[in-house]
Amino acid sequence: MSLELKFEETIAHDQRIEPRDWVPDAYRSTMVRMIAQHAHSEIIGMQPEGNWITRAPSLRRKAILLAKVQDEAGHGLYLYSAAETLGADRGELTEKLIAGKQKYSSIFNYPTLTFADVGVIGWLVDGAAICNQVPLCRSSYGPYARAMIRICKEESFHQRQGYELLMTMMRGTPEQREMVQEAVNRWWWPSLMMFGPPDADSSHTAQSMAWKVKRHTNDELRQRFVDMTVPQAEALGVTLPDPELKWNAARGHHDFGEIDWAEFKQVVSGNGPCNAQRVAHRKAAHDDGAWVREAAAAHARKIDERQRSAA
Amino acid sequence: MSSDWPLYEVFVRGKRGLNHVHVGSLHAADDEMALHHARDLYTRRNEGVSIWVVKAADITASSPDEKDPFFAPSGDKVYRHPTFYDIPDNVPHM
Ligand SMILES: [Fe+2]
Ligand SMILES: [Fe+2]
Repeated sequence: MSLELKFEETIAHDQRIEPRDWVPDAYRSTMVRMIAQHAHSEIIGMQPEGNWITRAPSLRRKAILLAKVQDEAGHGLYLYSAAETLGADRGELTEKLIAGKQKYSSIFNYPTLTFADVGVIGWLVDGAAICNQVPLCRSSYGPYARAMIRICKEESFHQRQGYELLMTMMRGTPEQREMVQEAVNRWWWPSLMMFGPPDADSSHTAQSMAWKVKRHTNDELRQRFVDMTVPQAEALGVTLPDPELKWNAARGHHDFGEIDWAEFKQVVSGNGPCNAQRVAHRKAAHDDGAWVREAAAAHARKIDERQRSAA
Repeated sequence: MSSDWPLYEVFVRGKRGLNHVHVGSLHAADDEMALHHARDLYTRRNEGVSIWVVKAADITASSPDEKDPFFAPSGDKVYRHPTFYDIPDNVPHM
Protein backbone atom coordinates (compact mmCIF):
# COMPACT_ATOMS: atom_id res chain seq x y z
CA MET A 1 0.00 0.00 0.00
CA SER A 2 1.34 3.43 -0.87
CA LEU A 3 2.18 5.78 1.99
CA GLU A 4 -0.40 8.28 0.81
CA LEU A 5 -3.12 5.65 0.73
CA LYS A 6 -2.23 4.44 4.19
CA PHE A 7 -2.41 7.97 5.54
CA GLU A 8 -5.82 8.46 3.98
CA GLU A 9 -7.08 5.14 5.32
CA THR A 10 -5.98 6.01 8.83
CA ILE A 11 -7.95 9.26 8.62
CA ALA A 12 -10.97 7.57 7.03
CA HIS A 13 -11.09 5.00 9.86
CA ASP A 14 -11.02 7.81 12.40
CA GLN A 15 -7.70 6.60 13.72
CA ARG A 16 -5.04 8.99 14.94
CA ILE A 17 -1.95 10.02 13.06
CA GLU A 18 1.05 9.58 15.37
CA PRO A 19 4.55 11.11 15.35
CA ARG A 20 6.90 9.58 12.78
CA ASP A 21 3.98 8.37 10.62
CA TRP A 22 4.38 9.37 7.02
CA VAL A 23 2.14 12.39 6.31
CA PRO A 24 1.79 14.62 3.24
CA ASP A 25 3.92 17.78 3.51
CA ALA A 26 0.79 19.91 3.45
CA TYR A 27 -0.69 18.04 6.43
CA ARG A 28 2.52 18.53 8.38
CA SER A 29 2.73 22.25 7.62
CA THR A 30 -0.98 22.75 8.36
CA MET A 31 -0.61 21.02 11.72
CA VAL A 32 2.53 22.96 12.62
CA ARG A 33 0.82 26.22 11.65
CA MET A 34 -2.32 25.38 13.66
CA ILE A 35 -0.52 24.11 16.74
CA ALA A 36 2.06 26.91 16.78
CA GLN A 37 -0.63 29.55 16.39
CA HIS A 38 -2.53 27.94 19.23
CA ALA A 39 0.59 27.71 21.43
CA HIS A 40 1.47 31.35 20.76
CA SER A 41 -2.09 32.37 21.69
CA GLU A 42 -1.78 30.68 25.08
CA ILE A 43 1.55 32.38 25.77
CA ILE A 44 0.56 35.85 24.55
CA GLY A 45 -2.78 35.34 26.30
CA MET A 46 -0.98 35.46 29.66
CA GLN A 47 -0.33 39.17 29.19
CA PRO A 48 -3.78 40.82 29.31
CA GLU A 49 -4.67 39.01 32.54
CA GLY A 50 -1.15 39.03 33.96
CA ASN A 51 -1.59 42.79 33.88
CA TRP A 52 -3.90 42.51 36.91
CA ILE A 53 -2.05 40.02 39.11
CA THR A 54 -0.31 42.66 41.23
CA ARG A 55 -3.51 44.66 41.55
CA ALA A 56 -6.03 41.91 42.25
CA PRO A 57 -8.45 43.16 44.91
CA SER A 58 -7.89 40.30 47.38
CA LEU A 59 -5.44 37.54 48.14
CA ARG A 60 -8.06 35.01 47.04
CA ARG A 61 -8.46 36.67 43.63
CA LYS A 62 -4.71 37.01 43.27
CA ALA A 63 -4.10 33.33 43.97
CA ILE A 64 -6.83 32.35 41.49
CA LEU A 65 -5.53 34.67 38.79
CA LEU A 66 -1.95 33.47 39.27
CA ALA A 67 -3.10 29.86 38.92
CA LYS A 68 -5.10 30.71 35.81
CA VAL A 69 -2.24 32.53 34.12
CA GLN A 70 0.13 29.71 35.07
CA ASP A 71 -2.28 27.26 33.42
CA GLU A 72 -2.12 29.28 30.20
CA ALA A 73 1.67 29.00 30.28
CA GLY A 74 1.19 25.25 30.70
CA HIS A 75 -1.20 25.11 27.74
CA GLY A 76 1.38 26.86 25.60
CA LEU A 77 4.02 24.32 26.63
CA TYR A 78 1.79 21.26 26.00
CA LEU A 79 1.21 22.63 22.52
CA TYR A 80 4.84 23.47 21.74
CA SER A 81 5.58 19.91 22.84
CA ALA A 82 3.00 18.62 20.32
CA ALA A 83 4.44 20.84 17.56
CA GLU A 84 7.90 19.40 18.23
CA THR A 85 6.65 15.88 17.46
CA LEU A 86 6.17 17.14 13.88
CA GLY A 87 9.78 18.22 13.66
CA ALA A 88 9.24 21.88 14.54
CA ASP A 89 11.88 23.51 16.74
CA ARG A 90 10.56 25.27 19.83
CA GLY A 91 13.14 28.05 19.74
CA GLU A 92 12.40 28.69 16.09
CA LEU A 93 8.68 28.93 16.77
CA THR A 94 9.31 31.59 19.41
CA GLU A 95 11.52 33.48 16.99
CA LYS A 96 8.82 33.36 14.32
CA LEU A 97 6.28 34.72 16.79
CA ILE A 98 8.58 37.56 17.77
CA ALA A 99 9.34 38.32 14.12
CA GLY A 100 5.62 38.46 13.35
CA LYS A 101 5.87 35.49 10.96
CA GLN A 102 3.37 33.39 12.90
CA LYS A 103 0.06 34.55 14.29
CA TYR A 104 -1.80 34.26 17.56
CA SER A 105 -5.45 34.82 18.40
CA SER A 106 -6.59 38.38 17.65
CA ILE A 107 -8.45 38.55 20.98
CA PHE A 108 -5.27 39.14 22.97
CA ASN A 109 -4.60 42.41 21.18
CA TYR A 110 -7.29 44.16 23.20
CA PRO A 111 -6.41 45.91 26.48
CA THR A 112 -7.66 44.94 29.95
CA LEU A 113 -8.83 48.27 31.34
CA THR A 114 -10.52 47.24 34.60
CA PHE A 115 -10.57 44.24 36.92
CA ALA A 116 -13.97 43.30 35.48
CA ASP A 117 -12.05 42.44 32.30
CA VAL A 118 -10.45 39.54 34.17
CA GLY A 119 -13.91 38.13 34.83
CA VAL A 120 -15.18 38.76 31.33
CA ILE A 121 -12.11 37.14 29.79
CA GLY A 122 -12.67 34.02 31.88
CA TRP A 123 -16.35 33.91 31.00
CA LEU A 124 -16.34 34.90 27.31
CA VAL A 125 -12.80 34.40 26.02
CA ASP A 126 -12.16 31.11 27.79
CA GLY A 127 -15.77 30.19 27.02
CA ALA A 128 -15.17 30.72 23.31
CA ALA A 129 -11.88 28.86 23.58
CA ILE A 130 -13.72 25.89 25.13
CA CYS A 131 -16.20 25.86 22.21
CA ASN A 132 -13.28 25.80 19.80
CA GLN A 133 -11.23 23.29 21.73
CA VAL A 134 -13.65 20.56 22.75
CA PRO A 135 -14.00 19.24 19.17
CA LEU A 136 -10.23 19.44 18.76
CA CYS A 137 -9.91 16.68 21.37
CA ARG A 138 -10.84 14.42 18.41
CA SER A 139 -8.37 16.01 16.00
CA SER A 140 -6.70 13.48 13.72
CA TYR A 141 -3.22 14.34 14.98
CA GLY A 142 -2.73 12.29 18.16
CA PRO A 143 -0.36 14.56 20.14
CA TYR A 144 -2.53 17.61 19.41
CA ALA A 145 -5.72 15.80 20.41
CA ARG A 146 -4.11 14.62 23.66
CA ALA A 147 -2.84 18.11 24.48
CA MET A 148 -6.36 19.42 23.89
CA ILE A 149 -7.82 16.89 26.34
CA ARG A 150 -5.49 18.14 29.09
CA ILE A 151 -6.26 21.74 28.19
CA CYS A 152 -10.03 21.30 28.13
CA LYS A 153 -9.97 19.76 31.60
CA GLU A 154 -8.29 22.93 32.89
CA GLU A 155 -10.39 25.44 30.95
CA SER A 156 -13.50 24.72 32.95
CA PHE A 157 -11.86 26.25 36.04
CA HIS A 158 -10.96 29.31 33.95
CA GLN A 159 -14.48 29.95 32.82
CA ARG A 160 -16.06 29.33 36.19
CA GLN A 161 -13.68 31.58 38.12
CA GLY A 162 -14.42 34.37 35.65
CA TYR A 163 -18.17 33.96 35.89
CA GLU A 164 -18.03 33.77 39.69
CA LEU A 165 -15.93 36.95 39.78
CA LEU A 166 -18.58 38.72 37.68
CA MET A 167 -21.44 37.41 39.85
CA THR A 168 -19.64 38.82 42.87
CA MET A 169 -19.28 42.22 41.20
CA MET A 170 -22.92 42.18 40.08
CA ARG A 171 -23.95 41.77 43.72
CA GLY A 172 -21.87 44.87 44.57
CA THR A 173 -22.37 48.59 44.02
CA PRO A 174 -24.01 50.22 40.96
CA GLU A 175 -20.49 51.28 39.88
CA GLN A 176 -19.31 47.68 39.99
CA ARG A 177 -22.29 46.51 37.96
CA GLU A 178 -21.61 49.23 35.44
CA MET A 179 -17.99 48.14 35.26
CA VAL A 180 -19.09 44.60 34.39
CA GLN A 181 -21.50 45.79 31.70
CA GLU A 182 -18.86 48.06 30.21
CA ALA A 183 -16.35 45.20 30.05
CA VAL A 184 -18.96 42.94 28.41
CA ASN A 185 -19.62 45.67 25.83
CA ARG A 186 -15.94 45.78 24.90
CA TRP A 187 -15.28 42.03 24.82
CA TRP A 188 -18.44 40.62 23.21
CA TRP A 189 -17.64 41.31 19.57
CA PRO A 190 -13.94 40.44 19.76
CA SER A 191 -15.00 37.14 21.40
CA LEU A 192 -17.21 36.33 18.41
CA MET A 193 -14.26 37.07 16.13
CA MET A 194 -12.23 34.38 17.92
CA PHE A 195 -13.91 31.75 15.76
CA GLY A 196 -12.24 33.20 12.69
CA PRO A 197 -13.60 34.55 9.42
CA PRO A 198 -17.02 33.44 8.12
CA ASP A 199 -16.99 30.06 6.39
CA ALA A 200 -17.32 31.66 2.96
CA ASP A 201 -13.98 33.48 3.48
CA SER A 202 -12.09 30.84 5.43
CA SER A 203 -9.25 29.61 3.27
CA HIS A 204 -8.20 26.64 5.42
CA THR A 205 -11.49 25.19 6.64
CA ALA A 206 -12.30 22.75 3.81
CA GLN A 207 -8.92 21.00 3.80
CA SER A 208 -8.74 20.97 7.62
CA MET A 209 -12.16 19.33 7.81
CA ALA A 210 -11.21 16.73 5.20
CA TRP A 211 -8.15 15.83 7.25
CA LYS A 212 -10.27 15.84 10.41
CA VAL A 213 -7.87 18.24 12.11
CA LYS A 214 -10.93 20.47 12.50
CA ARG A 215 -14.37 19.04 13.14
CA HIS A 216 -16.73 22.02 12.75
CA THR A 217 -16.72 25.18 10.68
CA ASN A 218 -16.08 28.63 12.17
CA ASP A 219 -19.71 29.68 11.78
CA GLU A 220 -21.05 26.50 13.41
CA LEU A 221 -18.87 27.03 16.46
CA ARG A 222 -19.70 30.74 16.64
CA GLN A 223 -23.42 29.94 16.61
CA ARG A 224 -22.95 27.35 19.35
CA PHE A 225 -21.11 29.93 21.47
CA VAL A 226 -23.84 32.56 21.04
CA ASP A 227 -26.56 30.06 21.96
CA MET A 228 -24.64 28.95 25.07
CA THR A 229 -23.84 32.47 26.21
CA VAL A 230 -27.23 34.17 25.97
CA PRO A 231 -28.77 32.40 29.01
CA GLN A 232 -25.53 32.92 30.96
CA ALA A 233 -25.74 36.67 30.29
CA GLU A 234 -29.35 36.67 31.46
CA ALA A 235 -28.48 34.84 34.67
CA LEU A 236 -25.70 37.34 35.28
CA GLY A 237 -27.95 40.32 34.57
CA VAL A 238 -25.94 41.91 31.77
CA THR A 239 -26.95 42.86 28.24
CA LEU A 240 -24.99 41.60 25.26
CA PRO A 241 -24.31 44.66 23.08
CA ASP A 242 -26.17 43.54 19.97
CA PRO A 243 -29.65 44.96 19.22
CA GLU A 244 -30.19 42.27 16.57
CA LEU A 245 -29.58 39.41 18.98
CA LYS A 246 -32.80 37.40 19.34
CA TRP A 247 -34.13 33.86 19.43
CA ASN A 248 -35.18 32.47 16.08
CA ALA A 249 -37.64 29.66 16.76
CA ALA A 250 -37.62 28.50 13.13
CA ARG A 251 -33.87 27.98 13.15
CA GLY A 252 -33.70 26.87 16.77
CA HIS A 253 -30.81 29.29 17.22
CA HIS A 254 -30.20 32.92 18.10
CA ASP A 255 -29.85 35.38 15.26
CA PHE A 256 -27.16 37.97 15.78
CA GLY A 257 -25.83 41.10 14.10
CA GLU A 258 -23.11 41.49 11.52
CA ILE A 259 -19.54 41.24 12.85
CA ASP A 260 -17.20 44.09 11.93
CA TRP A 261 -14.84 42.05 9.77
CA ALA A 262 -12.90 45.15 8.79
CA GLU A 263 -11.87 45.53 12.44
CA PHE A 264 -10.94 41.85 12.58
CA LYS A 265 -8.70 42.20 9.52
CA GLN A 266 -7.03 45.26 11.01
CA VAL A 267 -6.28 43.47 14.29
CA VAL A 268 -5.09 40.28 12.58
CA SER A 269 -2.78 42.23 10.32
CA GLY A 270 -1.08 43.90 13.27
CA ASN A 271 -3.03 47.10 13.80
CA GLY A 272 -5.05 46.23 16.89
CA PRO A 273 -4.79 48.34 20.04
CA CYS A 274 -2.06 46.20 21.67
CA ASN A 275 -0.34 44.16 18.92
CA ALA A 276 2.98 45.99 19.12
CA GLN A 277 2.98 45.95 22.93
CA ARG A 278 2.22 42.21 23.14
CA VAL A 279 5.00 41.17 20.78
CA ALA A 280 7.49 43.63 22.27
CA HIS A 281 6.75 42.25 25.74
CA ARG A 282 7.22 38.67 24.56
CA LYS A 283 10.50 39.63 22.91
CA ALA A 284 11.74 41.42 26.04
CA ALA A 285 10.88 38.40 28.22
CA HIS A 286 12.71 36.12 25.80
CA ASP A 287 15.76 38.38 25.58
CA ASP A 288 15.88 38.98 29.33
CA GLY A 289 15.79 35.23 29.93
CA ALA A 290 18.73 34.51 27.64
CA TRP A 291 21.38 34.70 30.36
CA VAL A 292 19.39 32.32 32.57
CA ARG A 293 19.11 29.76 29.81
CA GLU A 294 22.81 30.08 29.03
CA ALA A 295 23.86 29.89 32.68
CA ALA A 296 21.77 26.78 33.30
CA ALA A 297 23.22 25.11 30.23
CA ALA A 298 26.77 26.01 31.31
CA HIS A 299 26.10 24.66 34.81
CA ALA A 300 24.73 21.41 33.40
CA ARG A 301 27.80 21.05 31.17
CA LYS A 302 30.15 21.63 34.09
CA ILE A 303 28.41 19.06 36.31
CA ASP A 304 28.45 16.59 33.45
CA GLU A 305 32.21 17.06 32.91
CA ARG A 306 32.93 16.77 36.62
CA GLN A 307 31.01 13.49 36.81
CA ARG A 308 32.79 12.15 33.74
CA SER A 309 36.27 12.93 35.10
CA ALA A 310 35.36 11.43 38.49
CA ALA A 311 34.17 8.20 36.89
CA MET B 1 17.06 29.61 23.23
CA SER B 2 15.19 26.75 24.87
CA SER B 3 16.19 24.37 22.11
CA ASP B 4 19.76 24.52 23.41
CA TRP B 5 18.39 22.57 26.35
CA PRO B 6 17.81 18.91 25.53
CA LEU B 7 14.32 17.52 25.04
CA TYR B 8 13.02 15.23 27.79
CA GLU B 9 10.05 12.88 27.62
CA VAL B 10 7.89 12.79 30.74
CA PHE B 11 6.12 9.79 32.29
CA VAL B 12 3.74 10.12 35.22
CA ARG B 13 2.29 7.54 37.59
CA GLY B 14 -1.21 8.82 38.32
CA LYS B 15 -1.59 6.87 41.55
CA ARG B 16 -0.32 3.79 43.28
CA GLY B 17 -1.21 0.66 41.36
CA LEU B 18 -0.93 2.28 37.92
CA ASN B 19 1.92 2.27 35.44
CA HIS B 20 3.82 5.38 34.50
CA VAL B 21 2.25 6.83 31.36
CA HIS B 22 3.82 9.13 28.80
CA VAL B 23 2.28 12.60 29.11
CA GLY B 24 4.43 14.84 26.92
CA SER B 25 7.81 16.46 26.75
CA LEU B 26 9.73 19.52 27.88
CA HIS B 27 13.15 21.10 27.65
CA ALA B 28 15.53 21.37 30.59
CA ALA B 29 19.22 22.00 31.15
CA ASP B 30 19.69 18.85 33.22
CA ASP B 31 17.85 15.89 34.75
CA GLU B 32 16.99 17.62 37.99
CA MET B 33 15.55 20.66 36.26
CA ALA B 34 13.60 18.34 33.98
CA LEU B 35 11.97 16.75 37.05
CA HIS B 36 11.06 20.13 38.50
CA HIS B 37 9.66 21.38 35.23
CA ALA B 38 7.71 18.14 34.80
CA ARG B 39 6.16 18.61 38.23
CA ASP B 40 5.16 22.19 37.44
CA LEU B 41 3.92 21.42 33.96
CA TYR B 42 2.21 18.04 34.23
CA THR B 43 1.10 17.68 37.86
CA ARG B 44 -0.43 21.02 38.85
CA ARG B 45 -3.58 19.26 40.06
CA ASN B 46 -2.29 16.14 41.81
CA GLU B 47 -2.16 14.21 38.55
CA GLY B 48 0.83 12.23 39.72
CA VAL B 49 2.61 10.55 42.62
CA SER B 50 5.78 9.70 40.71
CA ILE B 51 7.52 11.15 37.65
CA TRP B 52 10.13 9.74 35.30
CA VAL B 53 12.00 11.98 32.90
CA VAL B 54 14.30 10.65 30.21
CA LYS B 55 16.27 12.44 27.52
CA ALA B 56 14.43 11.92 24.24
CA ALA B 57 17.80 11.17 22.61
CA ASP B 58 18.22 8.16 24.91
CA ILE B 59 15.01 6.45 23.81
CA THR B 60 15.27 3.62 21.31
CA ALA B 61 12.01 3.11 19.44
CA SER B 62 10.63 0.63 16.95
CA SER B 63 9.58 1.93 13.57
CA PRO B 64 6.23 3.74 13.65
CA ASP B 65 4.73 1.27 11.19
CA GLU B 66 2.33 -1.05 13.00
CA LYS B 67 2.42 -3.50 10.08
CA ASP B 68 6.19 -3.61 10.31
CA PRO B 69 7.70 -7.13 9.91
CA PHE B 70 9.27 -6.42 13.30
CA PHE B 71 5.93 -7.38 14.84
CA ALA B 72 5.40 -10.40 12.58
CA PRO B 73 6.61 -13.04 15.09
CA SER B 74 3.44 -12.59 17.17
CA GLY B 75 1.11 -12.43 14.18
CA ASP B 76 0.73 -16.16 13.52
CA LYS B 77 0.70 -17.56 17.04
CA VAL B 78 -2.99 -17.89 17.69
CA TYR B 79 -2.25 -20.64 20.23
CA ARG B 80 -1.05 -17.91 22.62
CA HIS B 81 -4.67 -16.85 23.13
CA PRO B 82 -7.13 -18.68 25.39
CA THR B 83 -9.80 -18.66 22.69
CA PHE B 84 -7.65 -21.03 20.59
CA TYR B 85 -8.69 -23.94 22.83
CA ASP B 86 -12.05 -25.71 22.68
CA ILE B 87 -13.28 -26.68 26.11
CA PRO B 88 -16.75 -28.26 26.51
CA ASP B 89 -19.38 -25.97 28.07
CA ASN B 90 -19.98 -28.37 30.97
CA VAL B 91 -16.48 -27.85 32.33
CA PRO B 92 -16.83 -25.15 35.01
CA HIS B 93 -14.54 -22.26 35.98
CA MET B 94 -12.38 -22.25 32.86
FE1 LIG C 1 -5.64 28.08 27.66
FE1 LIG D 1 -7.90 29.38 29.65
